[in-house]
Amino acid sequence: MDWDIVIGIETHVQLKTQTKIFSGASTSYGNEANSQACLVSLAYPGVLPVLNHEAVNCAIKFGLAVKAKINEKSIFARKNYFYPDLPKGYQISQFELPIVGEGKLSIPMGDGYKDVRILRAHLEEDAGKSSHGVLQGKTGIDLNRAGTPLLEIVTEPDMSSAAEAVAYAKKLHDLVQWIGICDGNMQEGSFRCDVNVSVKKKGTTTLGTRREIKNLNSFKFIKQAIDYEVNWQIETIEDGGKIQQSTILFNPESGETKAMRSKEEANDYRYFPDPDLLPLAITEQHIRNIKQTLPELPGEMQDRFEKDLGLSSYDASELTNNKDVADYFLSLIGQGISAKLSANWILVNLFSKLNDADIDIKESPINYEQLANLIAKIEDQTISNNAAKKIFESLWVNPLGKVDALIDAMGLKQISNDSEISGLIDNVLNDNTVMIEEYKSGKEKAFNALVGQVMKASKGKANPSQVNEMLKKKLSS
Amino acid sequence: MLNLSLKQLSQQLREKAFSSEELTRFFLDRIKKHNDRLNAFITINEEESLSMAKKADITIANGNQSLFTGIPIAQKDIFCADGWRTTCGSKMLENFVAPYNATVIQNFNDAGAINLGKTNMDEFAMGSSNETSYFGAVKNPWNLEYVPGGSSGGSASAVAARLAPAATGTDTGGSIRQPASLCGFTGLKPTYGLVSRYGMIAFASSLDQAGPMAPSAEDCAMMLNVMASHDIKDSTSLPHPKEDYMTSLGDSIDGLRIGIPKEFFGEGLDSEVQKIIEDAILEYQKMGAEIVDISLPNSELAIPVYYVIAPAEASSNLSRYDGVRYGYRTKEYDDLMDMYFKTRQEGFGDEVKRRILIGTYVLSAGYYDAYYLKAQKIRQLISNDFAQAFQKCDVIMGPSAPSAAFKAGEKKEDPLAMYLQDIYTISTNLAGLPAMSIPAGFTKDLPVGLQLIGNYFSEGHLLNVAHQFQLSTEWHRKIPKEID
Repeated sequence: MDWDIVIGIETHVQLKTQTKIFSGASTSYGNEANSQACLVSLAYPGVLPVLNHEAVNCAIKFGLAVKAKINEKSIFARKNYFYPDLPKGYQISQFELPIVGEGKLSIPMGDGYKDVRILRAHLEEDAGKSSHGVLQGKTGIDLNRAGTPLLEIVTEPDMSSAAEAVAYAKKLHDLVQWIGICDGNMQEGSFRCDVNVSVKKKGTTTLGTRREIKNLNSFKFIKQAIDYEVNWQIETIEDGGKIQQSTILFNPESGETKAMRSKEEANDYRYFPDPDLLPLAITEQHIRNIKQTLPELPGEMQDRFEKDLGLSSYDASELTNNKDVADYFLSLIGQGISAKLSANWILVNLFSKLNDADIDIKESPINYEQLANLIAKIEDQTISNNAAKKIFESLWVNPLGKVDALIDAMGLKQISNDSEISGLIDNVLNDNTVMIEEYKSGKEKAFNALVGQVMKASKGKANPSQVNEMLKKKLSS
Repeated sequence: MLNLSLKQLSQQLREKAFSSEELTRFFLDRIKKHNDRLNAFITINEEESLSMAKKADITIANGNQSLFTGIPIAQKDIFCADGWRTTCGSKMLENFVAPYNATVIQNFNDAGAINLGKTNMDEFAMGSSNETSYFGAVKNPWNLEYVPGGSSGGSASAVAARLAPAATGTDTGGSIRQPASLCGFTGLKPTYGLVSRYGMIAFASSLDQAGPMAPSAEDCAMMLNVMASHDIKDSTSLPHPKEDYMTSLGDSIDGLRIGIPKEFFGEGLDSEVQKIIEDAILEYQKMGAEIVDISLPNSELAIPVYYVIAPAEASSNLSRYDGVRYGYRTKEYDDLMDMYFKTRQEGFGDEVKRRILIGTYVLSAGYYDAYYLKAQKIRQLISNDFAQAFQKCDVIMGPSAPSAAFKAGEKKEDPLAMYLQDIYTISTNLAGLPAMSIPAGFTKDLPVGLQLIGNYFSEGHLLNVAHQFQLSTEWHRKIPKEID
C-alpha cells in the first residue's frame, strides 16, 4: 500500500538580543552556571517582567520576511507547569494572539519551488537547564538560559517528505540569519525543531494521528528522525496497530524515536493572559520603520541577480540561500569581476573545496579579494581557466600567496601573443596535413584534434579562444 | 509625638524639637511595649531603623531634608526591603531576606523616611481578619478580642495603636480599606497603576495596589506623594504625571455630587453601621454637597467574579514557591514530585491552598471559558457601571465593610462569611478605581469607616473630600483606651 507523509514543523529560534526578553540579564552563551541569573531569571518574590523591545523588533523582521500579517495587538500568556528549571512555575509565551500571523516560506524543490505556509510565530522565553549527574546525587539547575528570547515559528502540515522538511528547515535557518535575528548556532541550541509527523493512505484526505519529535538540532537528525518515524508509523498501522498522539524523542545514537509522554499524560498548561504585561501594541509606523532596517531579502536579491546580472535561476537561487554566500558574491562583483564568472567560481570551485573541508564560506582561507585577483587574470587573459584552478589549489593551502608570483613561479602565463600562436599553429598544420584534409572534407572532429595539438605544443598555455579563432582563419584561407 | 500628624512631625524635626533618632526610638519603644499583645509586627530591626534615623538627622542638620526626612513608617511585610526579612506572612518565606528594594520602599528611602519594621499580614495577603498569618493573628487595639481586619491587619493595628505614625498597605479586594474601617483610621487604595508593584509580592497582579494607611487624609496625601511614581520596572505602572496631593487639600466641596448606590445599603449591612454612614453623608450635605441616587447593578457579581480572577492569578503567581531556589523546602523527600508536594503542603496555610486550588480549577482546560473568561467579561460590566455612575456624580459613598470588627475566630472556619467582608470594596479593585475608608463613627466602642470611591486618578480630589470631613469631625483623632 502507498502512503502519504504529512509533516509540520515548529521551530524555536533564539533571538539575537543582548539581553533577555523580560529582564536586563545578558544572553551570552557558555558562561559560569547562574552567572546570568538576575532576580527576574531567578523568579524572586515581587519581581516583574519588562518586555525587551529588541525581541519584538526581531519578530517583526521575521514577519515581514515571510510576508506575514503582523498583529496590531498580541497578548502574552502564562503557560503553567512545574519544573525545576522553570523558575516562575510558568513560561511567558503567546497563546491566543501571537505577534506574527499567517505567512509563507518558499523552498526549492526539484526544479522548482514549493510554498510552505507559516501558521504563526510567537514570542516566548526559554527555560533554564537541568543537569543530571554533574553534582553527586543531585540535579543542578543553571538559569543562564532562562528568559532568553525565542521566536516559535509554526508551519501548516505542508511538507510531504523528509527532504522537504530538511529543505524547509535549511531555508528557515538561512533566512533568520539573513535578516540578522538569530546566530543560527545549532550546537548551542539557537535553532531547534519540533517535527510533527503523520501518515495517511495515499489519496485519502483525513489526516492520520501525529506524533511530535521534540528538539531536533541538526538537519541530519531531522532527516534520520523523520525516516525512522515514518517507517515505524507505517509498520505499526500495517500490523493492525493504532498511532497514539504523543511526544517523542529522537536518539541520535540508536537512530530511533521513542515516546516521552502520551496525550493522556500531557500537562494542562492553564494558559491565561499574563496580568503583569500589557497587551503588545504595534503601530503601522513602527512596522514601516523596522522594514527600513531589513536587508534586501533573498527572494528579492535572487530576482535582481536574474534580471540585472543575467544569472540563471539556479545560480541566482544558490547564491541567495545564505547571506554570507551572497555577501561574498557581491564583494567579488564589487571588485569588477563579471557576475557569471563570479557565480561559477563560487558555486563550483569554492563550494567544492568548502564542502570537502566542511567549513562555511566565512571561514574560507581564500577571501574575496584574493579570488578577485585570480579571476581578473582569467578575464584579462593572462591565464586560462585551467591554470587559474591550479593557482586556486595553491592559494587554498597557502592563502597568503601572491597571484602574480604564483603565475610566474608555476609558469602558467597564457600565450596570447598573436604571432607566437600563429607560429605554433603553423607548425602543427605542417605536421598534420591529413587532418587538414579531413577537416576540409567536413569532419568537425578534426578541428578539435588540431586545437588539441596546438594546445599540447604550447604546453597548455596558449589562449584557447585565440587558438580557435586563428586556426579557423588559417584553415579557411 | 503620639498625636502629631506627619506634617507636624516633619515640621518639628525641621525645627529640631526632637531628632529622628528620638522619634524613631519613641515608636520602637511603643512597639516593644505593645507588640506582644497586638502582634502587629513580624520583624523589627532596631539597629537598622536607628541607623537610618541617624543618617536622617545628619541630612536635617545639613538642611538638606525633604518633607519625609526622618519620619518612621511601618512597612507591610509584603514589600521587599533590601537586607530585611520579608515573609509575606508565610512559613514559605519565614527566613527569606530580600536582596533588593521594592519601588515603594526605595521611594520612602529616597525621601529619607525610616523603616520602622515589617508589619504582620494575612498569608500572601489572603484574608480579611489577619488570622491566616503564619506568624499568628493580629489584635484590634480597640478590643483585643476582635480582629483588625485584613489583609493589612498588622499595619492597621500599628496605626490605630500609634505604634507607627503611618504604615503602608496593599489592597487587592479591600485589604487597606476594610482594616482601616475596622481599626478607625484613614486608608487609601489608589488607582491601579499609580503605585508601582515592583517588589511587592504578588497575590493577584491585576488587582493588587499599594496605598497609605494613616490617621488622617492629610497624612495619606503626604504618603501618596512619596508612593506614587511611574516605574519602568512595572509594565502596568501608568505614566501619570507626578502630582502633589497636598495642594488640593482645602478646596471647597460646595456642590459636590455624592452618588449613593442603592446596592450598598441592602441586606447584610449592619443597621448601626448604616446609621453611621447615613449620618456621615448628612454631614457632607451640611457642607454643601448634594446627593444623587445611583445604581451599580452588577455589584452582587463582584464577589463571585473576584473569587475567580484573584485565585486564578494567585495560583500562577504562587507557583514560584517550589522549594527549588529560595524559601522553605521540606526536610525529607524521595524525589522531585515528593519535594514539591511536601514543600507546598507544609509551606502554605489552608487559605492559600484553598485559593490555589480554586484558581487551578478555574483555569483548567474545559473550565476556563465558563469561569475565567466569563469573570473577565463581568469585570468589564462592573467597570461600565462605575463609568455610568460617574457621569452623574463626583464621588460615590457607602460603607467600607458590612459591620464593625468581629470577634477573633468568629468567621475563621467559614470562608464564605469571611469573603463577604469585602462586599463593598472588591468592585473598585475589579474596576481599578481609587477608593478610601475614613473614620465615621463608632458602634459598641468599635470604629466604622465610610468608603469614598472616585474616578480614575482622582486621588487628589478624593483626599480633599476626606480632608473636608476630617476638618469638621474628630473620629480620626480617636485613640484606643487600651493602648496608652
